[in-house]
Amino acid sequence: MSDAESPDFDPVAPNTGEDFEPTEVFPESDDFDLRPGADACYKCSICDTNCPVAEVDDDFPGPKFQGPEQWRLKQTDDGYDIDDSVMDCSNCMRCDNACPSGVPLSQMHNTARGEYVSEQMDKFSVEYVRNRILANYRTSAWFASKAPKVANFAMNFGPARWVMEKTMGITSERDFPEFAQQTFREWWADRGGADASRRNARRARERLGDPADAEKKVAYFHGCYSNYNTPEVGKAMVRVYEHFGYEVVAPEQKCSGTPMFANGMLDDARRHAEVNVSSMADLVEEGYDAIASCTSCSMALRQEYPELFDIDGIEEVAANTFEAVEYLRIHEDLRGEVESADVSGDLAREFAYHAPCHARNQGLDRQAVELFRDLEGVGVEDVGESCSGISGTYGWKEEKYEKSMEIGDEMFDHMEDAEGTTGMTECPTCAMQMEHGSGYEIRHPLELLESALVA
Amino acid sequence: MAIESEVLVVGGGLAGLTSALATAREGADVRLLSYKQSTLRQASGLVDLLGYTPDGEGPLTDPYAAMTDLPDSHPYSTVGVETVREAMALFDDVTDYEGGHTDTNALLPTHGGTVKPTARYPRSAAAGLASDDRDALLVGIESMTDFDAPHVASHLEAAGVPFDVRGETIQFPGDLRADAKVTRYAKLLDTDSEVAVRGRKRPAREALAQRVNPLIEDEERVGFPAVLGDDHPAAIRAALSEQMGVDVFEVPMGPPSLPGLRLEDRLFAALDEAGASIETGNPVVSYEGDEHVERVFVEKNGAEIPYAAEQFVLATGGLVGKGIESDREGVSEPIFDCHVPHPADRYDWFDTEVFGDHPFAGFGVETDGRMQPLSADGDVEFENVRAAGSVLGGYDFAAEKSGGGVSIATGYAAGTNAVEELR
Repeated sequence: MSDAESPDFDPVAPNTGEDFEPTEVFPESDDFDLRPGADACYKCSICDTNCPVAEVDDDFPGPKFQGPEQWRLKQTDDGYDIDDSVMDCSNCMRCDNACPSGVPLSQMHNTARGEYVSEQMDKFSVEYVRNRILANYRTSAWFASKAPKVANFAMNFGPARWVMEKTMGITSERDFPEFAQQTFREWWADRGGADASRRNARRARERLGDPADAEKKVAYFHGCYSNYNTPEVGKAMVRVYEHFGYEVVAPEQKCSGTPMFANGMLDDARRHAEVNVSSMADLVEEGYDAIASCTSCSMALRQEYPELFDIDGIEEVAANTFEAVEYLRIHEDLRGEVESADVSGDLAREFAYHAPCHARNQGLDRQAVELFRDLEGVGVEDVGESCSGISGTYGWKEEKYEKSMEIGDEMFDHMEDAEGTTGMTECPTCAMQMEHGSGYEIRHPLELLESALVA
Repeated sequence: MAIESEVLVVGGGLAGLTSALATAREGADVRLLSYKQSTLRQASGLVDLLGYTPDGEGPLTDPYAAMTDLPDSHPYSTVGVETVREAMALFDDVTDYEGGHTDTNALLPTHGGTVKPTARYPRSAAAGLASDDRDALLVGIESMTDFDAPHVASHLEAAGVPFDVRGETIQFPGDLRADAKVTRYAKLLDTDSEVAVRGRKRPAREALAQRVNPLIEDEERVGFPAVLGDDHPAAIRAALSEQMGVDVFEVPMGPPSLPGLRLEDRLFAALDEAGASIETGNPVVSYEGDEHVERVFVEKNGAEIPYAAEQFVLATGGLVGKGIESDREGVSEPIFDCHVPHPADRYDWFDTEVFGDHPFAGFGVETDGRMQPLSADGDVEFENVRAAGSVLGGYDFAAEKSGGGVSIATGYAAGTNAVEELR
């Protein structure tokens, strides 16, 4: 082309005075868009110092690569595929809290992982099938709950576990969590459901001197684990809330989607999210707030749903979702009540507390330690800021087991150094890891609150 | 209801931490709110008081002596030299930093090969002082492009250091990926995990020492980029020193910085010991009240969570930390909308020379002697808000090398003033 010929682009476009937004030069896209935040990353690498996987795994390139760099690479080369290392990200989401520039790293990772699984992963591979089974814990738990004794035996039956490891890559090193004889929902229904809760709440308000028609009502998102495995956490939530005069309802719900995000199963996650959002959105409209006792569940409803899905009512649900203890700290004089209470009996112990990564991201990592500081009869000691290492389904994978234990090593050491030999955490899988690495029994802060305030 | 405390400190950098520490140690019920993780992990870990005068004179030998000549608008002038000393005493009390034994500045080599005047430095950097006349070997790691040891060494020679210095580059034992994270090196050394060297497994510390040993000629000290451990830096240096027969030191690095991380850990632990409450992860976005601030709101995924307090300290950082914002119309402080003095014409905000005297470097809120932000008319804006650190105007920390000291001094002043107000 000689200089006299005109080039085949239209040079006037940016200068014509028509609306031109210099940041919107890429076509709008409805499918996996890794762009949000990529431009804000200035490569300070602080996210990488927070990544528990990068700290122990030579092959993992870290959050900065998984997010902003992958997106940039995709712009330069049409044939660029998502790097398979994205499956090594455990979705702890610590990088989010680290970024001084507000890059939504975990959102980018979830999106990249979703694209990888949907477009690059072999749907007939053992890894895919295994991940899908792990991610859909709720389905397995539902079956198991029908015959918990049989399930408890079968799931920890040595030879069966050997076969699961060899054929599916589910580590045989871990004990499956025990299934409760009665699920939380069964207990809830037997107890009289929402009607019983309303009666209890009204009685409490009378005692507290609150107006009988006070707008104190919450919708409990119990999640799979407190339903099938630790209903005592759900029961504690209900009793503590009723103690403060709150009417509790337990709406229809599916899995929060956390294990699905972590495995790139975004279609599964969306199906569950749609059910959860629709039942919570109606209640939010009626003045309820959504309360979760699992910090990964509250994280999903508050942050991952609105980041990844466009579902009616999702923003309202996100803005009205709270972690169970957090909500009481905001709306009640929780500290005052705890200060004047004491604990005796079963829970009068020293606890070694671990803050789950997903609590950290909601600003709740210090909550339990600070709240129980002045509670007579117990001690709660923080065992440090390291990740527990299990990250939901991550530590259940045969090929990740060793890494998961290496990440958790620091926590195990701190637990050993701590005065107490009972653990405490809000996260069910952190609890599994704590128990697995230390042999300690693990309790939830709500159980301690119940013991202090209600029992 | 709201989440309540007597004093609420907004900001988790050096100023916020010092402020909360000063208040907590006075027995006040204090809560620290930080949007993101502390910016300390982006900092070198060195704490400067005053390296150069605003006119560029220096490096200064005695920073305290030079403070008396600063303009009235400078934060050091606002708090007074005595307060700076008290604040540094608090810092020395809660950290194990070196440099507190003297008023004079220490000269530290940087990872760029310059020599920098600083007031406090971590123990890990102590054997690296540029005023020390022992010869030094700098050891770079092949994949860590931020620290090119031969280049740094020749820069230091050119800067006129009173010793011979050489640089050598090694491959870190264990064959880590080319862009391994600094935390990966630190973790390996912390846990002294085994690494493969020529097919044989060796503990990481020993392997590193063996790799460097043949390179040492007659140097008495060896410097590494700052990757020598996160949890156990002293033990790692001791092990390396023993196996190498020399003093071992670290040269502070840019972000992400392990000395910064260690300082962050230390200060947060001190805050915890003093009984403060700490919360990170969500930004403070607005407030309620008139001349008296009743509460501020933390934004959490669309929910606005109220935090009430009697006294507030604003330590949100400067233009880089987003405690001060600017757009084409003006410069502002986003939470309380405190007045930020600046020229009306945007073209007067900067100098045309890259390294010129840029007015924007000094943008920030102006306070009275009790650290209370002042309006354009010179009136106190809120009766219970104080400001500290780089949200303050009137100084250029980058040119003066005064960032750490101003944060500690003004944080301390704001904190102690807030407590006096409570009692």
